[in-house]
Amino acid sequence: MPKIKYIDEKGTERDVEVPAGWSVMEGAVKNLIPGIDADCGGACACATCHVYVDSAWLEKLPPKQDMEETMLDFAQDVESNSRLSCQITVTTELDGMVVRTPKTQH
Amino acid sequence: MLQRIVIIGAGQAAAQAVATLRAEGYAGAIAMVGDEPYAPYQRPPLSKAYLMGTLERARLFLKPDSFYRESDCELILGVAVRAIDRKARSVLLSDGRTLPYSMLLLATGTRVRRIKCPGAVLAGIHYLRSIEDVDGLNAVFQKGKRLAVVGGGYIGLEVAAVAVKHGLDVTVFEAMDRVMARAVSKPVSDFFEQAHRAAGVKLLLNTGVDAFEGAGQLKSVKAGANHFPADIALVGIGVVPNVELAKEAGLACEDGIVVDQNCATADPAIFAAGDCTWHVGREGIPLRLESVQNAIDQAKHAAYAMAGKPKTYSEVPWFWSDQYDLKLQIAGLARADDQIVVRGDPTSRKFAAFHLRDGAVAAVEAVNAPSEYLVGRKLIAAGSHVAPEHLADLSVPMKSFA
Ligand SMILES: Cc1cc2nc3c(=O)[nH]c(=O)nc-3n(C[C@H](O)[C@H](O)[C@H](O)COP(=O)(O)OP(=O)(O)OC[C@H]3O[C@@H](n4cnc5c(N)ncnc54)[C@H](O)[C@@H]3O)c2cc1C
Ligand code: FES
Repeated sequence: MPKIKYIDEKGTERDVEVPAGWSVMEGAVKNLIPGIDADCGGACACATCHVYVDSAWLEKLPPKQDMEETMLDFAQDVESNSRLSCQITVTTELDGMVVRTPKTQH
Repeated sequence: MLQRIVIIGAGQAAAQAVATLRAEGYAGAIAMVGDEPYAPYQRPPLSKAYLMGTLERARLFLKPDSFYRESDCELILGVAVRAIDRKARSVLLSDGRTLPYSMLLLATGTRVRRIKCPGAVLAGIHYLRSIEDVDGLNAVFQKGKRLAVVGGGYIGLEVAAVAVKHGLDVTVFEAMDRVMARAVSKPVSDFFEQAHRAAGVKLLLNTGVDAFEGAGQLKSVKAGANHFPADIALVGIGVVPNVELAKEAGLACEDGIVVDQNCATADPAIFAAGDCTWHVGREGIPLRLESVQNAIDQAKHAAYAMAGKPKTYSEVPWFWSDQYDLKLQIAGLARADDQIVVRGDPTSRKFAAFHLRDGAVAAVEAVNAPSEYLVGRKLIAAGSHVAPEHLADLSVPMKSFA
């Protein structure tokens, strides 16, 4: 199973296994990773699952769809490596990916 | 003294309440009693990806089991609360046990409204609220089957969209003159009507179902003088709040359990949150909402109050619905006499309808239009006034209003 490393705003690292096909958001929620609210459960409707993707992994991800791009526009503290974690599907190629969770989702 | 919060119901609001109670430092015991055999799960996918078969059951659950262990929350599942004894501060469970509480949270949600007409108990007639309901529906959800969807609301239309994709022959019966009439403005209703017709759904407006026909098993649906052959019916005609426990315990109920802006009832030990509440909206008008947003935000506010740190609930309501490749996102509370301003061309499958009230943005219904939705949400929260001609002008970017 692919492993994803979640790093919270304090720098605490958590490595968890996430089944391929699940989203990076689900990997966080199902493993009690703090810092992701995911109120809408992955419907791309709430923008409370914002993460920063480590630059080494960014280019391995499929590009953002319109919906994600715009929802992100309105999230807090958006950077060039910001993504909505519910829109990133975990695959074996993403084994080892590193994402950081923001200070707040609101 | 006993310190135990008992949560009645194990749904969206219940799960959020546990998380917020612990985050706010509540250190007493928590017990959650739910009559379904499952820990809290998400209902929205039930009529979308879960019915479609693209999301397996394990992914429906809101929290992993470890969450309840780490939150020291006792899960009592498959057991209903039968009565609340406010004097003794205890609840009576269906397994005969009595559970004392120091504070109580009612998060009982709603149940489907059953249709009352001849033949309503025939085999083949389904409803959609729970995992169990979808599993029952899935067993007969097969290509070529004729599905009658009774009610052109969100759930009926979401099911219709999934069903045509599965190759079922779908007819929607709607008693009103447009779909989702209770929830969206006419331009949005008209757009979804067209989208469903284009996808191959037969949509009958102004057509109430009078009876289900068949001997034991559903064979046809009777509407007016016509009989429409059907193998399966899915009834989506709304829900009824689960208020009986509260009512029998002497708590005030309207179309929901009456709570104030801290989600408190008149009994200082009892709170309520989610679909089951009759609460004061941000506009000061009492109402009941059926949405994930309201369940989450009210549960948070109930938890703040129970942890001794009350805050006023005045969030802008928001909601979404997925049908085909169309994402409908709604914010605010519409009223029938609002001025409607349409931005964008519905035929482009990307547009929004704004509701203006006394010049201020009161609600927005956006189809594949996230900027309109998100900026709209901010404008509603701020009570901003926007000139209708600017709002309708696509050359004026949404961001310029924010
Ligand atoms: C098919 C479907 C699709 C939906 N789609 C969307 C959507 O796209 N977007 C959106 O925002 N919302 C959607 N909703 C609405 C959303 O799911 C609800 O608003 C939300 O679940 C409400 O949460 P709740 O905790 O108040 O109630 P619920 O989630 O209904 O939980 C209440 C629980 O309490 C239990 N209960 C009741 N009485 C007792 C008792 N006496 N003892 C023990 N247990 C009891 C019930 O059985 C239930 O399990 C959808 C709902 C359905 C059914
Ligand atoms: S979980 Fe809501 S947008 Fe990602």
